[in-house]
Amino acid sequence: MATQTADTRSDISNQEAITVRFAGDSGDGMQLTGGQFTLSTALAGNDLATFPDFPAEIRAPQGTLFGVSAFQINFGAREVDTAGDAPDVLVAMNPAALKVNLPALKPGGLVIIDTGEFTKRNLDKAKYDTSPLDDDTLAKFDTLKLDISAMTLEAVKPFGLGKKEALRSKNMWTLGLALWMFDRPRAPLHEWLRAKFKNKPEIADANIAALDAGHAYGETAELAGPLQQVHLDPVPTAPGLYRTVTGAEAVSLGLVAGARLLDLPMFFGGYPITPASAILHHLAKLKEFNVTTFQAEDEIAAICAAIGASYAGSLGVTSSSGPGIALKGEAMGLGIMTELPLVIVNSQRGGPSTGLPTKTEQSDLYQAVYGRNGDAPLPVIAARSPGDAFECAIEACRIAVQYMTPVMLLTDGYIANASEPWMVPDPDDFERFPAEFLTQPRGEELLPYKRNERGARPWIKPGTPGMMHRIGGIEKAADTGHIDYSPDNHQKMTEIRRDKVLGVDIPDQDVCLGDTSGTLAVVGWGSTYGPIHQAVTRARAKGLSVSHIHVRHIWPMPGNLGDLLRSFDHVMVPEMNTGQFKTVLRDQYLVDAQPLTKTSGQPFAIAEIESAIEGALS
Amino acid sequence: MNAPTTIETTLKDWETDQEVRWCPGCGDYAILKAVQRTLPQLGADPANTCFISGIGCSSRFPYYIESYGFHTIHGRAPAVATGVKLANPDLDVWLVTGDGDGLSIGGNHLMHVLRRNVNMQIMLFNNEIYGLTKGQASPTSREGTKSPSTPIGSYDHPARPAAFALGSGARFVGRGFDVSKNLPDVLKAAHAHQGAAFIEIFQNCIVYNKDVFHEFAAPKGAEDSQLWLENGEPMLFAKESKGITLNRETLALEVVDVTDGDWEAAGVFVHDVTNRSIAHMLVEMPFGPFPMALGVLYDDPRPTFEAAVAKERNLASEGKTPDLAALLAKGQTWTVDS
Repeated sequence: MATQTADTRSDISNQEAITVRFAGDSGDGMQLTGGQFTLSTALAGNDLATFPDFPAEIRAPQGTLFGVSAFQINFGAREVDTAGDAPDVLVAMNPAALKVNLPALKPGGLVIIDTGEFTKRNLDKAKYDTSPLDDDTLAKFDTLKLDISAMTLEAVKPFGLGKKEALRSKNMWTLGLALWMFDRPRAPLHEWLRAKFKNKPEIADANIAALDAGHAYGETAELAGPLQQVHLDPVPTAPGLYRTVTGAEAVSLGLVAGARLLDLPMFFGGYPITPASAILHHLAKLKEFNVTTFQAEDEIAAICAAIGASYAGSLGVTSSSGPGIALKGEAMGLGIMTELPLVIVNSQRGGPSTGLPTKTEQSDLYQAVYGRNGDAPLPVIAARSPGDAFECAIEACRIAVQYMTPVMLLTDGYIANASEPWMVPDPDDFERFPAEFLTQPRGEELLPYKRNERGARPWIKPGTPGMMHRIGGIEKAADTGHIDYSPDNHQKMTEIRRDKVLGVDIPDQDVCLGDTSGTLAVVGWGSTYGPIHQAVTRARAKGLSVSHIHVRHIWPMPGNLGDLLRSFDHVMVPEMNTGQFKTVLRDQYLVDAQPLTKTSGQPFAIAEIESAIEGALS
Repeated sequence: MNAPTTIETTLKDWETDQEVRWCPGCGDYAILKAVQRTLPQLGADPANTCFISGIGCSSRFPYYIESYGFHTIHGRAPAVATGVKLANPDLDVWLVTGDGDGLSIGGNHLMHVLRRNVNMQIMLFNNEIYGLTKGQASPTSREGTKSPSTPIGSYDHPARPAAFALGSGARFVGRGFDVSKNLPDVLKAAHAHQGAAFIEIFQNCIVYNKDVFHEFAAPKGAEDSQLWLENGEPMLFAKESKGITLNRETLALEVVDVTDGDWEAAGVFVHDVTNRSIAHMLVEMPFGPFPMALGVLYDDPRPTFEAAVAKERNLASEGKTPDLAALLAKGQTWTVDS
């Protein structure tokens, strides 16, 4: 073991929360390592948030800078809302991983390096002229240089694997070390590996041996260096049953629950796209819940089939990411014109065009609220976290059916992939809102576009005797639904569609942290919740007059939002785009909302928002 | 399954109160009447029947049929109809599309609804022109078609709808034309077929592409220019004086003369609707040297998409109880005590 101690050490044993980043080649299994470390962290009762950050390529050329895959986890003995700013600990499995991730590491932080991968060839691929192990690159940090490759090979020797295969267990060796560092039991991992390699017991044994070797290394190696065991107490949380959940899982579960509360079969039309595909994958495994999944020929067919299913009496759902949502635009208009229920999930990613498929961004807000031809309003809901996506999905189902309208649910790449502890909800706690179908005319005449008190037209299933009628994308006459191009009718129908959506019943906006009036309101939406919340917490601890308002209902907006914003001297809107929600707020309320924007494909760091708050109040 | 129960209706029962808005003399009127005449013969129930269309002249069709109807968006009707059939396989779905809607903007969806074999009747009205947008050349327009978008004549090679359908995996391919008295028979055969049944219907656009099918659709000379295919019957035309056979050297179809009605001696083929190889030749058979092949060119059902989807769902659900509470608590969990 070679260790090197930085001039200014950061002692993580006294911290309430720790951020660890595992980084390696995309073939090194870093996402798996991170995922399993997350599970053990959750089982230890720490609060946590994760940030998987991987390349768009499935197997980028080995050892290259663009092939680096990382998984960051922030966990603590107190409430954790973000995946952490700068990592306290960086595990770098090769030179490229070190090069890409070292700039993020906290000064004085610990970097654990697999020196076995620091060959001339790998250094060249990472564009290092001299080895960072030999120069002052690591001077600012605590360094633990281990030949993890060699130690892994040694550990798995008894199993007679080829070298390539044997080295695949490196990530388990590393995980074993991490488990020791943070005082975690190995038993759940053993169990998991045995189940995962049920049919290849020798691989399971090799991985277990590597895991144990990494753990033993921590235990037995002399601990004087930077390596130290840290124990974080469990976070005191509300009593109940917990699990970890990613946003994609939570959306899928919420949709299943929503369809159940509506008492409807669900039809899900999807087309493969990153990062939205995970929802299709989850739902495809839930057929016993009266779910039909349909992998369509393209994004347009996916939404059109969902519209067809809604027309026929199912809850139609489609899901995609920015580019796919753009393709679905015309069909959303059809859903709006024919007033059929539809849930559209948009897992946003960096754009425009193909943009950054695996990176997160919030830049589809304009597309969600305004992005269709004609005056084509639809309700838009944004989830703030993986767990919150469950409730948001249920809410989207309710609104879609009660108001006979397409609804868009916004998540993003961060929420979709990140996991957090989630208190398992009791389905019986949710109020049911069964769908109603019209089976006979309300008066003498069948009026498919006659509205109820909510402004919604009746849902009439084809197959219902005596209720035959025609619908379509051409402008409809009020009440009868016949084709009607007349000027007065279009004016009226445009207003009816607008008012129906504006009239959707949504709760008033609350202030999630701080006072309902004051100097500064930091207004967020979506996945910026975590960093904003922490930044506002810190600013308030310093005595600053700042509140955090987080908006779930992007359209229509909560009725009290304008008054609420006007009760603050300043409004700041952090978002991962160039200021889209800021523009909508200015337009709707004529408030001087100031943008704080970031479009690097990475979530906000708490410190970035904290310093912006201080800047705004100085 | 199509029309689980049959009921008695008349042509009048299938007419709506909507004013038909096609140009006077349009071939669509004749197709509308043929369909309205056919539906009572099928015992179809208006409440269980659904016409789904895209955009274009042909796609106004659902407004004029007293059943359920959905006039969707350009090219996407097959996708909407697929969703409808998966949500309710018992509905009797008719898809109405045109050469622009079905083969240009919606070509992808048409291909997939055919290869998936979703159980519905797909009527493609082929008038070889964009009518509703005022006469541009379409993907089926013949080379040299002069139109506002091709002022000195189109130069792209036309698509052949029936060949496209068969190539996409269709298990039923039929052909007819607007004013043909045989059209209802083709529609009935399509309806009887379990799976995606594709019918190309040549339709005269009286304004932008008048009489483009005149050479075979005109009553005069029809005997020589139309080959009406009947399963189990020899492929004869021109008052049974000519027939279709296979040239075994070139492996191509050819016209042979039949003397004294002895078609067997002339080697004339007997039409077998399940013969996919011959079907491929029939859909490619060029009009001119050959008569226009009409009727049921191919009909060989295989399991439908919605049946496969239902089967998969049953298989996946077998032995599982849809317990939502258990689903939410799936995976590794831990309890925080009070």
